[in-house]
Amino acid sequence: MDTSQYLDIFIDETKEHLQSLNEHLLVLEKEPDNKDTINEIFRAAHSLKGMAGTMGFEKMKRLTHDMENVFQEIRNDNMKVSSKLVDILFRGLDDLEGYLKSVQDTSTEGDLDSEDIIKGLKEFLEDGGEGADDEAPAQESAAPADNAEAAPVSEGGGFTKVVLADEEKAQVDKAREEGKKIYGITVQLMETCILKSARAFLVFKSLEGKGDLIKSAPTIDEIEDEEFEFEFSMIVATELPPEEIKSLIMSVSEIKEASVELYNEPAGAGAAETEKEAKTEEKADKKPEKKAKEAPKAASQQSNAKQQPAKSGSKHTVRSVRVDIEKLDVLMNLVSELIIAKNGLVSISSIGDAGDDAGFKEQIEYLERVTTNLHESVMKVRMVPIESVVNRFPRMIRDISKKLDKKMELYMTGEETELDRTVIDEIGDPLMHLLRNSADHGLESNEERVKSGKPEVGSIFLDAYQDGNNVVIEVRDDGAGINVEKVKAKAVEKGHITREQAEKMNDKDAIELLFRPSFSTAEQISELSGRGVGLDVVRTNVESLGGSIEARTELGVGSTFTIRLPLTLAIIQALMSEVGNEKYAIPLGSIQTIEDVASEDIKFVQGKEVISLRGNVIPIIRLRDVLNIHLEGEEPASYTIVIVNKGDKQAGLVIDNLIGQQEIVIKSIGHYINNDKMIGGATILGDGEVALILDVNALV
Amino acid sequence: MDNQELERLEALGSKVTEGKQYVVIKLGSEQFGIDIDYVDNIVRMQRITRVPKSQTYYKGVINLRGDVVPVMSMRIKMGMTPDEYTNSTRIIIAKFENNAYVGFIVDEVLQIVNIDNNTLEKPTFRKHNEYDNYLQGVAKENNTLISVLDLNIVVDEGENQ
Repeated sequence: MDTSQYLDIFIDETKEHLQSLNEHLLVLEKEPDNKDTINEIFRAAHSLKGMAGTMGFEKMKRLTHDMENVFQEIRNDNMKVSSKLVDILFRGLDDLEGYLKSVQDTSTEGDLDSEDIIKGLKEFLEDGGEGADDEAPAQESAAPADNAEAAPVSEGGGFTKVVLADEEKAQVDKAREEGKKIYGITVQLMETCILKSARAFLVFKSLEGKGDLIKSAPTIDEIEDEEFEFEFSMIVATELPPEEIKSLIMSVSEIKEASVELYNEPAGAGAAETEKEAKTEEKADKKPEKKAKEAPKAASQQSNAKQQPAKSGSKHTVRSVRVDIEKLDVLMNLVSELIIAKNGLVSISSIGDAGDDAGFKEQIEYLERVTTNLHESVMKVRMVPIESVVNRFPRMIRDISKKLDKKMELYMTGEETELDRTVIDEIGDPLMHLLRNSADHGLESNEERVKSGKPEVGSIFLDAYQDGNNVVIEVRDDGAGINVEKVKAKAVEKGHITREQAEKMNDKDAIELLFRPSFSTAEQISELSGRGVGLDVVRTNVESLGGSIEARTELGVGSTFTIRLPLTLAIIQALMSEVGNEKYAIPLGSIQTIEDVASEDIKFVQGKEVISLRGNVIPIIRLRDVLNIHLEGEEPASYTIVIVNKGDKQAGLVIDNLIGQQEIVIKSIGHYINNDKMIGGATILGDGEVALILDVNALV
Repeated sequence: MDNQELERLEALGSKVTEGKQYVVIKLGSEQFGIDIDYVDNIVRMQRITRVPKSQTYYKGVINLRGDVVPVMSMRIKMGMTPDEYTNSTRIIIAKFENNAYVGFIVDEVLQIVNIDNNTLEKPTFRKHNEYDNYLQGVAKENNTLISVLDLNIVVDEGENQ
């Protein structure tokens, strides 16, 4: 069967599962007894195996199968989680990623070979679990993720494990009274079947009207979500003979086997166990305790099972559609056009006679409201939580930690912070770079840390949060900090600056040197970093996204790299203002307040103009000077000053006139024309005039 | 309006079929040719928004049907006296790689001619002038000399300065 059309889905979902495995494995290493985690791991591994098998990727299937065996043993408490075991499991995940990469590039698994890992896993299985004799684990591990569903896999008669609730029993009794026969039906789908839920649905459909479905296992909802292997069972009350039912079911394509038998209520949930026990009788005497332990567990899990998938379903599976980003771009452009057209109408209504017409004004306001909402919705569609980028970092830090033999811990907050999809795609590499930098250069060795009285384990923090119209991502470590003198010395040595310049340079400017191309202070080139293609690339990446990066450091305490990114890329709220006779837009997100300041209140501190505002001394920037606007005229008695902020820095921008708040569409002015980075773009006003947008981050 | 003009000029030039088509523009008393493949549009002079701290020859940006396009003064770029905008002043909108547009302010757009690349004389003389680098060659058309410009070099130099 041709599965190529499902390849994209397979790749996407496999990525998700691998990510989930990575995350949970990390948790498991720390909390070996966490049952939820091991269940989650098992579920992911199992789905992975199923998908790989369906797609015919045998190597992936085999590797996941063996990993799954190990998870099974861990879940059954037959095996202890050790760091060595986690290592080999991680290596397995790496190989799976390798396969996936190959699948992505060539649609085949490639010639990667994971024999050593499989062998390693087997060894663990043999030594690790005392109950892992014979083939028992392998057979058990073939069972699906949920214990409640574990039943159907044993050959034939899967329905016998379906447990009826009281009202369902009543239904059965009622049907019997009506002279109907109750059948237990177990349907096996072909393993090549891809649209499992669709086939299952057709089976249900074929029985519709011929009988009453009393219960199915897994439940209809689970079947719809494809939360089952290749087998499902149901209890049906009908007047038809079993052969007819069977032929009805078999008429649906891709059905491998269907068994229809008379249903007799089992003696409670124990029936399942008794059957199993009968099968494994010869083994049972070897491990009676285990069985005893398992029975109540299975029972309790059965009751949990019903809620669990539902819960996780509501948490993770938001109903979603995958949309090509280009389609969203088109939508976004249309919204932009609409807003420009709307702004045009607004400006006509504010000058012409039409302004008197209340009805016209009302309609304009209505249009304004609709376009704003439309814009917000389109914007939101494009927003993705930053989680999708940062969730691979804990694993990365663990690897680095092992490689460098340096104990460290990564703490992340604000993973739910959302960013535009295009930004998300680009921000991963810079962040990875910064984290590696912190891990490799930032943190001292464990011994040094102990010596200087710090906790042995180094800490790296990754914090993301929204700040006005910006999203801020901070990478912080509690390491040695940047030695400013060393940086200066290096810069002199490399010929970036002269010795005199170095002496005059303040710490802030010295740290800026780190962002120069081919500048690395690492004494030794390591595998992780120190090749001198570091921070300048990070800066270029961040700036190409319209963001900025800065570094702060304190010797002996640690360093912080702060990345600011624009929240939205296309449409923002801005304050339109006049400087001289030119119009400029200041993004509203960075504006704090607008103040009228008398000219005598402008004071000089260290040769710079400042104002004192509610106890804060704020430097002011005369936009006329910065923007090279030279106009004759006397000093006015008071100034309009827009107080803007960039992080915790503040500045006052002196403007001549306020026009008002407006929603503007950001357009690029192209890269041919220079502007000293002061201009973040341009926008087209309602009357067709172009106004420039000031980049506050570059000004302050 | 703009495209009509381009079409009218194209109709004029289409009499001759061989060679490559060039838009002939006038700067002062000199005539220059611009490869028509670059030319997206020719528009009348319009309001230009100044961009502070830009290169001197960039006059600013204009609104071209909803897109913001930087505009440079060809005269300043070529080391001539600054523009005096008249009724015949035009902005030639040229399209470069990656859909980047740049407008060039010229005194007048004269016609479209066909120039056979073989008749282009390479400018081996006058190398002392700073803008000679932009020249692809000189063609002779009806007793006037047309200096053919390589617009790619004109804008790329702007990037480096």
